[in-house]
Amino acid sequence: MNTRSPSFTKIGGLWACAPWITIAVFLLPVAAGLVGTVLPAFGYLPAIGGEHLSIEPWRALMDQPGVASSVRLSVQTGLLATAFSLALAAAFCELLQDHASYRRLSAMVSPLLATPHVALAIGLAFIIAPSGWLVRLASPALTGWDRPPAGLVTVRDPEGLAMVLGLVLKEVPYLILMTTAALSQVPHAALRRVGATLGYRPATTWFKLVFPQVYAQLRLPVYAVLAFSMSTVEVGLILGPGNPPPLALLASRWFADYDLQRYFPAAAAATLQGLLVLAALLAWRAGEVCVGSVGRAWCERGVRAGAIEPAARTAAGLAALALMLGLIALVGMAFWSFAQSWRFPAVLPGQWTLQTWALQLPRMTGTVMTTVGLALASALAAVLLTIACLEAETRRGHAPTHRVLWLVYMPLLVPQIAFLYGFQVVLVKLGLDGSSLAVAWAHLVFVLPYAFLSLADPWRALDPRYARTAAALGETPWRVLWRVRMPMLLKPVLLAFAIGCAVSVGQYLPTLFAGAGRVATLTTEAVTLSSGADPRIMGVYSFLQAGIPLLVYGAALALPALLYRRRRGMA
Amino acid sequence: MTTGTAQTLSLRDVRIALPDRELIRQLSIEVAPGQVVTVMGASGSGKSSLLAWIGGFLQAPFVVTGEVSIGARRLNDEPPHARRAGILFQDDLLFPHLSVAGNLLFGVPASVRTRASRRHAVDEALSEAGLAGYGERDPATLSGGQRARVALLRTLLSEPQLLLLDEPFGKLDAALRADFRRFVFEHARGLGLPTLMVTHDAVDAEAAGGPVVVLG
Repeated sequence: MNTRSPSFTKIGGLWACAPWITIAVFLLPVAAGLVGTVLPAFGYLPAIGGEHLSIEPWRALMDQPGVASSVRLSVQTGLLATAFSLALAAAFCELLQDHASYRRLSAMVSPLLATPHVALAIGLAFIIAPSGWLVRLASPALTGWDRPPAGLVTVRDPEGLAMVLGLVLKEVPYLILMTTAALSQVPHAALRRVGATLGYRPATTWFKLVFPQVYAQLRLPVYAVLAFSMSTVEVGLILGPGNPPPLALLASRWFADYDLQRYFPAAAAATLQGLLVLAALLAWRAGEVCVGSVGRAWCERGVRAGAIEPAARTAAGLAALALMLGLIALVGMAFWSFAQSWRFPAVLPGQWTLQTWALQLPRMTGTVMTTVGLALASALAAVLLTIACLEAETRRGHAPTHRVLWLVYMPLLVPQIAFLYGFQVVLVKLGLDGSSLAVAWAHLVFVLPYAFLSLADPWRALDPRYARTAAALGETPWRVLWRVRMPMLLKPVLLAFAIGCAVSVGQYLPTLFAGAGRVATLTTEAVTLSSGADPRIMGVYSFLQAGIPLLVYGAALALPALLYRRRRGMA
Repeated sequence: MTTGTAQTLSLRDVRIALPDRELIRQLSIEVAPGQVVTVMGASGSGKSSLLAWIGGFLQAPFVVTGEVSIGARRLNDEPPHARRAGILFQDDLLFPHLSVAGNLLFGVPASVRTRASRRHAVDEALSEAGLAGYGERDPATLSGGQRARVALLRTLLSEPQLLLLDEPFGKLDAALRADFRRFVFEHARGLGLPTLMVTHDAVDAEAAGGPVVVLG
């Protein structure tokens, strides 16, 4: 028998490098991209004639009519979407603990998580549009309308409320998932009992005792939601107002301008967007401190029940509604893709057909291949890097500090528009812009955090004695990884891969910028089509956009179940 | 810390079963005000399920019949938060986001209105427990024995009508154990609370000095 004992403290050069390589791969684009955006914002971009620093781009930005409204819209949609999503998800998770009906509803969370923002936004637009499902259900019986009402503005409303709703549909499932995960770190069942024995009603107990402890773990995901909601371009393009648009849309519009001189004010707008998000995050943090101290005073007054009870039930009901609305949005687009004719005000298509699919699919082959290829490549790279980092951590014998978590979240906290243009400049310098490799790299920046976050917990939770037992039997560290850790962690590894694929499929701006507009995916095509194309074709795109990630999810769940069907301990 | 008029806790013909086996066949207990009744049994004998049921927390697949009441008030159909059953668990479960005083203020009923009177109730409880001046401390900085005492004070400040002890001494080391046990029983008797304790430690039962029911 082999008597070598593997060392858990000294690690080889390759493993020691893994975290650094990973950080370089996904944080260098962010850092370089920020620099590459801030410099043109101050007039410096020699490639297009900006030789000197100046504040001219800022002046051009400020001279733009309606820019103040753009700023206000950006802040307003971000804060509203985040506050609503958090409140709804928190209230939903309370009822989730005791009510089977809410648990059944929570089965919708995964499919909605796998669905890109764009697909949901397009589906929602069909539900709430003047010619959409809601109006159809009421017409002509209740409304008297036999054609879509002309004066009604429900999508792209000037206040961005449709955009807020679209964001809420996607962020509520995300925050429900994050809250559920955070609950496993808090003795919530015991706390709810203590609350009840002291005479507190369930929702009061939840918001006084459980939620404050959960929130500590929820903080970074909430910040990511806030940053995204303030600066999303794709949701704004589909549901947001066009004139004036939210700030990020203004920036992306100028970046897409044929007039290269537009880059300078665009970079200024993108930089301003970055600063706005930073300010909003700081304001949110200050809000946390205020709510915390008001909340503690609320706890100390000893009120056992109150308005929080009906408010929480209402919010949970709205969360359930949001989940169902998300699902209905997807079903609506699926219906369109099989509809031959679907005239207003019919609630269902008059005739069904496979013709749209038969016509579109052959034309879409390239786009589908690109989408799938990018998803597989970026998810595979992300999972491999994640495993390398976690294995290095295991061999070193201790988990990194909380500060590392902030690094992981960094690409989700910095608005995409604030660094993707700069990243594109870097890619041009490297001669990579417009290549699939560049787009895969840009996707990886966003795929990696999600893959890491989903795999890190199950990896760290694996009982280290399995590895020690194998080591004691003489296995080398490599074989311990391949023969013990990986097979035992197959399910979370595949799930991280599936989540990575879903994140990649949903990317819009990274595809646009790193691909220099030459790489088309289902998501970029769907956004292009969303401005007035045949809804049947949009239905096909939305269906595939949601369907491909779901297929990977399904495979990720089915494969371990199949492989380990004779192993009850692996269920 | 005051309670209303002390009343008797009675359990009548309680049967607790799982789909595949019966845990408690038929149990009737009367606990007089200020009396401590001990329920003993091995783990899995149903003694913790009994306390969970009295508190209103026992869920499927447990099937329970029988009646629990405090004085003339039947508890069976009341939701947990309305039962006024104080429970002390093995873990102290102090709320980490509140100070020691914050934890105790959480227990004081809202009927004690003014800030000053609420603070007064808390300060009095703290000093009487030998913890004067500990109000602003972070509960995490307290010793195990101190935390246990704060947990009891929090329960008593909420003015329960009965006290349930779910192996509350199990996690304390021997020296603290006797000390805290005395502290709990003195308070329960002083307030005239009918107290039901489950334990698997005969010393606990002996110290309680009341009737002992052995399950299983």
